[in-house]
Amino acid sequence: MSGIRGGASMQDILNTKGMLSEIQHYSVHDGPGIRTLVFLKGCPLRCRWCCNPENQSPRSEIMIDRGKPKLVGKKVSAGHILGEALKDNAYYRRSGGGVTLSGGEALMQPEFTLAILKACKAKGIHTAIETTAFAKYDIIHEMLPYLDLVMCDIKHIVEEKHRAFTSQSNRRILENIVRMGESGANLIVRVPVIPTFNATEAEILMIAFLAAQIQGVRELHLLPYHRLGESKYQGLGREYDFSSQQPLSYEDMKKLKEAAQKSGLKCQIGG
Amino acid sequence: MNKILDITPVKESPRIQKLVRDMYANTPEIESERARLITEFYRSNEALPMVLKRAKALGYILDRMTIVIRDGELIVGNSTIAPRSTSIFPEFSCKWIQAEFDSFDKRTGDVFHITEAARAELGEAFSYWDGKTVNELAAEYMFPETKAAIEHGAFTVGNYFFNGVGHISVDYEKVLRMGYTGIIEEIQREMDGADTTCPRYIEKRNFLDAAKITSAAAIRFAGRFADLAEQQAGQAGGERGEELRRIAANCRRVPAHPAQTFHEALQSFWFVQLIIQIESNGHSISPMRFDQYAYPYYEKDIASGALTKEGAQELLDCLWVKFNDVNKVRDEASTKGFGGYPMFQNLIVGGQDKNGLDATNPLSIACLEATAHVKLPQPSISIRVWNKSPDELLLKAAEVSRLGLGMPAYYNDEVIIPALASRGLTLGDARDYGIIGCVEPQKGGKTEGWHDAAFFNMAKVLEITLNNGMDAGERVGPATGEFTSFGSFEQLMDAYRRQMEYFVSLLANADNSVDIAHSKRGLLPFVSTLVEDCIKRGKTIQEGGAHYNFTGPQGVGVANVADSLFVLKELVWDKKKYTLEQFRDALASNFGGQAAPAPSGMGTMGTQIIEEVVKRMLADGRPITSEQMKKLEKIASAADLPAAKAGQSAGGSVSPMLQDIANVPKFGNDIEEVDLFAREVALIYCREVERYSNPRGGAFQPGLYPVSANVPMGAQTGATPEGRLSGAPLADGVSPVNGRDTHGPTAAANSVASLDHAVASNGTLFNQKFHPSALSGQAGLEKLAALVRGYFDQKGMHVQYNVIGKETLLDAQKHPENYKSLVVRVAGYSAHFTSLDKSLQDDIISRTEQMF
Repeated sequence: MSGIRGGASMQDILNTKGMLSEIQHYSVHDGPGIRTLVFLKGCPLRCRWCCNPENQSPRSEIMIDRGKPKLVGKKVSAGHILGEALKDNAYYRRSGGGVTLSGGEALMQPEFTLAILKACKAKGIHTAIETTAFAKYDIIHEMLPYLDLVMCDIKHIVEEKHRAFTSQSNRRILENIVRMGESGANLIVRVPVIPTFNATEAEILMIAFLAAQIQGVRELHLLPYHRLGESKYQGLGREYDFSSQQPLSYEDMKKLKEAAQKSGLKCQIGG
Repeated sequence: MNKILDITPVKESPRIQKLVRDMYANTPEIESERARLITEFYRSNEALPMVLKRAKALGYILDRMTIVIRDGELIVGNSTIAPRSTSIFPEFSCKWIQAEFDSFDKRTGDVFHITEAARAELGEAFSYWDGKTVNELAAEYMFPETKAAIEHGAFTVGNYFFNGVGHISVDYEKVLRMGYTGIIEEIQREMDGADTTCPRYIEKRNFLDAAKITSAAAIRFAGRFADLAEQQAGQAGGERGEELRRIAANCRRVPAHPAQTFHEALQSFWFVQLIIQIESNGHSISPMRFDQYAYPYYEKDIASGALTKEGAQELLDCLWVKFNDVNKVRDEASTKGFGGYPMFQNLIVGGQDKNGLDATNPLSIACLEATAHVKLPQPSISIRVWNKSPDELLLKAAEVSRLGLGMPAYYNDEVIIPALASRGLTLGDARDYGIIGCVEPQKGGKTEGWHDAAFFNMAKVLEITLNNGMDAGERVGPATGEFTSFGSFEQLMDAYRRQMEYFVSLLANADNSVDIAHSKRGLLPFVSTLVEDCIKRGKTIQEGGAHYNFTGPQGVGVANVADSLFVLKELVWDKKKYTLEQFRDALASNFGGQAAPAPSGMGTMGTQIIEEVVKRMLADGRPITSEQMKKLEKIASAADLPAAKAGQSAGGSVSPMLQDIANVPKFGNDIEEVDLFAREVALIYCREVERYSNPRGGAFQPGLYPVSANVPMGAQTGATPEGRLSGAPLADGVSPVNGRDTHGPTAAANSVASLDHAVASNGTLFNQKFHPSALSGQAGLEKLAALVRGYFDQKGMHVQYNVIGKETLLDAQKHPENYKSLVVRVAGYSAHFTSLDKSLQDDIISRTEQMF
């Protein structure tokens, strides 16, 4: 945890290395404007519906992608990521977009994530993170000055259910979100709407009411469950718990959104 | 600027969809009337000087052709009796028509119906034209080696070789402002002021006479419509009677006199647009900056309350339907390059005025709205974008893009204006540019641009280079060295450059031969009257009467050639993985008939890969656990699943060579090294073209767009080193090769923007395809607008979007009857998908769909 702290030079920052899964250009659903999505490897949660299972392990692994083996996970430098991100700088400027860190869980690679954020801010790029907020708060706190937007999941209010579906308690998550808000972070709460887990009006409403209590939260996004990740489980030689689950209809999503709106938050379906 | 342009949708009149239905009720006809009339006139006026013969022949046709007012229309003027049908222009060429009489209605695309009577009448007319056409004269001018190059598919000048030139925008504003009465007065003043003793005066006077004759003919033609409308008004009575009386009054007044109302302006405009097409047979007769010259009439009528916004929109919509009433038959081979009955009447809105101020106005928005209402392929609507374009214009345009019409096309002032200025236009003229046809910029009413002079097959020239100047066993180019003899990549590039030099010189010979033939036999006095300097110089545009003159041949296959050369450089010289002999054999055997696989990033398939990955993991210093090993085995067996097998041919696994080729970085993925290489490849063509001049006193200028010629040109080209199989389509315009751009829309756009668009001043073309879901909501529109702006910030020149789902297109192939109105962007224009040839449909479907 020493490398790039304090008076680290920009070169040190750019040289900081971490485990990258994938970079996706022209993302339009992960923060404002046209964005570059940076998927980092490793996640402390094991959500049973997860659509990016290839990013759960912190190590590189092989996945069969459309019939071909693909190595997921490369050690790269923050400078490499900045270079990729800058390719779309013209589109960020025109759309108010920027870089969004996603995963996996970027907080699992704190030094690398901090380096990427610092590098982006040095170039004036808008930064966002999609996070579980499951980390030591100190790690998060150090990043906040370099984060323009934090998109944070609240998956469930009930600790037991949260643990059953994600393998972790929600206690630290909720605590961290509150603290981020108190520190002045710009927060969007996101809820993956998962059938059999939280897709009832009551559960969504509870989440929304809680989110509305948190300082700094103005928006709530309901992300409909989708099955696009299913083939990845096959490609990784893993079983997919949710293979028989049907996504919610648009009508059902709309009902949930209407329920969530009772919290007074600005709500939308999708990111 | 504080004013906000209102882009809220305007209600569509019920009249419009009825007009559209009527227009598309029947298969287009080939009609013989015009061919009969012009032949009659030529037969009895053999001795007339050509320009007078052409002028009087046009008058003869306009005075006699059958005129029709279609049910419910408010803007009148037809070129054929049946809607959307075509006349025949035997003076340009006719042998192919006779040869295809039996197949017009059996074509796979661009079908036309022809009656027995029309066949007989055309057959009779054609008997006169043997040896007298523009086409036959042009063929006599061409060098034999030029003809050989054309036969071997190095390039084609087919469009102007067989047809009128078209590709013009005239001074419509002048007709609206002065009327033909005023124009005739101007011609008379020129005559009166001329030095009659100057020997040139004889020809000048003939042209000025011809200009007066055609102008007067236009007035009489409108008069016939006035008579017909009056006559029909009496029979119709009621509301339609009123409309017909208004139509009659309009036709009585314009185009003879200055337009007073918006309705008159539209009617006057349409007569000009129509008569040009009756005279000339060319396509791409482009209205250009309609929102500028028609705006004063729109503004005045709205301000005075003479028209409501809805009323003005209805008139505009009626005109938009009319644009689809003109049509053109092409030979069957050409329909592969110009599929979907395209007429390329390019109408552009927005952008800056000649003083450099933003010129977007409410009519700009109304024009986009008209396209949204009629949902028809014509006019080809475009917008001009610059740094100060109001966002409303882009949002409205994005809204129209989202409809899936493939329109509008977006053009970048910031690149085009300096590009035109570099070709000698004044800054004011450059700022006042519009677009001809697909993507070709010029100053309207002042230019004979010959924009569609040729399609030049860069990939074919590469193939010829690799065969030491031979093609199909014949010598067509210079001997520049056996492929296997090249000791360095530079030697190969040098050979390619020398072949390019040779074939571009033949291209210039072909174009100039056709150009001269048009100046002898294909004079167009009506068009020339409305192009600046023709009256002053006393010449048609064919003889160099226009202020600006260009010849613009298009290079096709930039991405294929760039990828091919880059593959050779990397695999033969840089990595030394293959020898030139291996490449020669692979190309000769068409890669064993296997399609190139997708890049794997990993080398060959199956267990080998796993081995490699394991090695890499070990190299990282990580031990492999037994659990991981098990997983790897599972994965290895999954690699043999059907999806993996798809890449394998009957003979065994995919050739490692194709896989290696697939793994070489390709143009379209925002990889600087590759993109700069492609820029260089494009410049080789551009710099060669720039060296030549035309007989009208103008220069050649290169373009980089294929219309849809990338499909037939690909069919004529053997396998190429980047893994393209023999006969497969070439890349579309400056777009990456189909399916090779795998890094999303911004990466493809960035690669394309890295070409030097300003040098390709005859136009470049970049197609992107989106699923409609990508553009949902206001945010979707804003992001599309931002994508355009971001591409243009990086000096892209043109972009257009196909917003359509792949499933939709596949279904349209299966059930064309359900998709009669499905419009797609083919290349530089939009066409009905179901009217396209199957191979073109397949090409559109296989273009990378940008999903996100």
